[in-house]
Amino acid sequence: METSAEATPSSPKGKQPKALTLLTTILDTVLVPILAVFSALVIGGLLIVVTDAAVYAAFRAGGVGAGLTTAWQAVALAYGALFSGSLGDANAISESLVASTPYIFAGLAVALGFRGGLFNIGGEGQLLVAAGVSVIIGYSFQLPAIIHLPLALLGGMLGGALYGAIPGYLKAKTGAHEVINTIMMNYIAFRFFSWAFTGPLRRPGGDVPVTQEINPSAYLPKIFEGYRFHWGFFVALLVAFGVWWLLFKTTLGFEIRTVGANPNAARYGGIRITRTTVMTMAISGGLAGLAGANEVLGLNHFLADGFSSGYGFDAIALALLGKSHPLGVVLAALLFGTLRNGATRMQSIASIPIDIISVVQALVIVFIAAPAIVRWIYRVKAKSDLESTTFTRGWGA
Amino acid sequence: MSTAALSATTSAIKEKRGIGMGIFFLAAALAIFVLFALNSTADMTTSFGLNPGAKTNAPKLESWVFSTQNALYLLAIVVAFIGGWQLARGFKRVNLALLVVAMVFIFAFLTWAARDTSMNLLGMFSASLLRAAPIAFGALSGILCERAGVINIAIEGMMLSGAMVSVVVASIFRNYDAINPATGAPLFPAWLAGIGQTLDNYNMSNALPWYLILGLIGGMLTGGILAAFHAWLSITYKVDQIVSGTVINIFSVGITSFLSQRFLQPIQDLNSGGTFKRLPIPGLSSIPIIGPLLFENSFIIYLLFILVIAVFVMLFYTRWGLRTIAVGEHPEAADTLGINVFKMRYVNVILGGMIAGIGGSYFTIGSVGRFDEVLTAGKGFIGLAAMIFGKWNPLGAFGASLIFGFADALQQKLQIFQENVPIPSEFMLMAPYLVTMIVLAGAIGQAIPPAADGQPYDKD
Repeated sequence: METSAEATPSSPKGKQPKALTLLTTILDTVLVPILAVFSALVIGGLLIVVTDAAVYAAFRAGGVGAGLTTAWQAVALAYGALFSGSLGDANAISESLVASTPYIFAGLAVALGFRGGLFNIGGEGQLLVAAGVSVIIGYSFQLPAIIHLPLALLGGMLGGALYGAIPGYLKAKTGAHEVINTIMMNYIAFRFFSWAFTGPLRRPGGDVPVTQEINPSAYLPKIFEGYRFHWGFFVALLVAFGVWWLLFKTTLGFEIRTVGANPNAARYGGIRITRTTVMTMAISGGLAGLAGANEVLGLNHFLADGFSSGYGFDAIALALLGKSHPLGVVLAALLFGTLRNGATRMQSIASIPIDIISVVQALVIVFIAAPAIVRWIYRVKAKSDLESTTFTRGWGA
Repeated sequence: MSTAALSATTSAIKEKRGIGMGIFFLAAALAIFVLFALNSTADMTTSFGLNPGAKTNAPKLESWVFSTQNALYLLAIVVAFIGGWQLARGFKRVNLALLVVAMVFIFAFLTWAARDTSMNLLGMFSASLLRAAPIAFGALSGILCERAGVINIAIEGMMLSGAMVSVVVASIFRNYDAINPATGAPLFPAWLAGIGQTLDNYNMSNALPWYLILGLIGGMLTGGILAAFHAWLSITYKVDQIVSGTVINIFSVGITSFLSQRFLQPIQDLNSGGTFKRLPIPGLSSIPIIGPLLFENSFIIYLLFILVIAVFVMLFYTRWGLRTIAVGEHPEAADTLGINVFKMRYVNVILGGMIAGIGGSYFTIGSVGRFDEVLTAGKGFIGLAAMIFGKWNPLGAFGASLIFGFADALQQKLQIFQENVPIPSEFMLMAPYLVTMIVLAGAIGQAIPPAADGQPYDKD
């Protein structure tokens, strides 16, 4: 990670004027992500074309020209629907922001883990636990909104934090790798809740396995009448700022980054590795938890099986795309939320399965994680040597 | 710290753990007594069926009927004795004692669960093996990769893609003369149908048709290709191995769901590949109990048996295996001795991917014969857990897979015994994950991965 770049003063660039240096640095930072997203969308387009029977028919009937025209039309229809579905009108924009909100939280969770040298792949479980806690607080109490909503949000966050702290503790104390433990804990959470929805959390009198509705005092309120856009988005932005502040302006943040960059140096420097590791995983889990709390308090208002649609895994792509920087994560989350939302309309208009977005996401991660590929395709020279991509160490380390 | 002090500390830790184990065994004995024995009455009988459900070559056996409560008293005494011995004298191999206690406890639980009714014990063991198979394929795949020092969390994705490709390949060569429902024209080009026709004339046998073999090869190659990609990213480009694996997982979920919705759902003839039928081995399948359990399975299960033994032998008794282990433990040293680290890692990862691909085939042409979205449902990850539980040893990992498969089969069975056992099946399903975490934390012996696991090798 380029933690070292943040921790140490940037290498001297010579006689270049300061403004120019800054500009090239920014360009250098965003160039690969932009090219990565572009390339991934191009390959996505190719996938649409090669799986379209109409294109083959056109090639056979009208030759190369007609074939290429049909191919172009297929891609244009799909990506046109993607665009209009995500940014075409006020409702589309509202929905895109709504879809981005949990991505911001979940992306921050993974990014913070990366900074600390930990791979939190357990966002799915943490956000489910958090959503559970939030829902229980949401329907059990009758409180004024000013107390009830923060209580539900914080409760969810705490739930996620505790669930995240367990693998952190196991990692610090026994060396058990957090990737395996978080994956195991995802499944434990899934099983637990699929039992709880039919048991203690089941809506009284209902015959479907869902929880009760939360009281309106715990709702994350809508901002505009008629749109689902809610305050959760601004909570997310605030939290992103908080994470930035924590990472770069506090002692704990410094410790997290130092442990992530070089645990041995951190140990010799007097940083308590155990405490920092547990804290990193707890904060990461809390952030993932906020994603769950946000969904349940802002949109669904109850909890049911199949609640999370892979936020915890998509978050890995976000953290990589955003280079584990809170601002980068927010931008990446906006992009992915927009894509995910637009894909819904693409599915209904152009009948392109929404899962193509997962393919695009995977390609984005490949291009970001192996920047050499993008640089090779576009003949871009590497400007800096900051692109080392080792986040985690072996199972036991 | 001096060696003497160190060994004193180690023995102190061992002693502490020994006492803890002894108390744990006594608690297990108490649990059998209180939870099971006292919750049954003297007139109850337990009956265990010893014949698998389907027809078999083996002679039929009488069910095993005995008094529930007396058996439970006996089992509680046995476990209490083991616990007492552990406290008083201490077993040399505590983990073996733990295994025995765990097995006795499970047997006591089953005895209690089947009180006043009958449970088909052999049927459940048989189901355990079938449920363990995909986990075991995944674990073997993980062992090959990690012994060479490459973490592979993409087993799940490789299985998923392998599952889809194998059913599509099998479907194409099975339904070569199918008609496209949309156009009314033949679904497959003439040359493909020609191949299908030709091969059809050389049909092998009912249990082992060639189209399934081709499907299996297709799944295997798919896993191999994805693994090659994993190797390319993580060995050549030194991308973090977990990132690279996650890419393959996300990609596989996306591409298989995409293609499934685009092609497999509208065109059913692309998604009906048939399944491997049971292929009893003459002679061996007539042995009571063992025969129906081990030697009346399908080809793909036999393939699993062969692979478990082959990987074990190759890993520990051949030059290739020892080089693999060297590369996974200390790549620098291996390189100095003239072993090509990159090549060893590439070969192992790709072989591992091929095994994962076969595991994927099991989900479709090995069991249900059709592909559904995300049908692997995390079995690849459990395979990884089985690998750790089995301490990176093929035989151990196979044993761990059987335990996980048994937990799965048991929860299935217990849904029928709801009245006798008021435990939600979800909790039974949690058990493998919890056990994995406990093992990984070092509570039951230490699970130590290959030393260079997860570290890219830099020749400079």
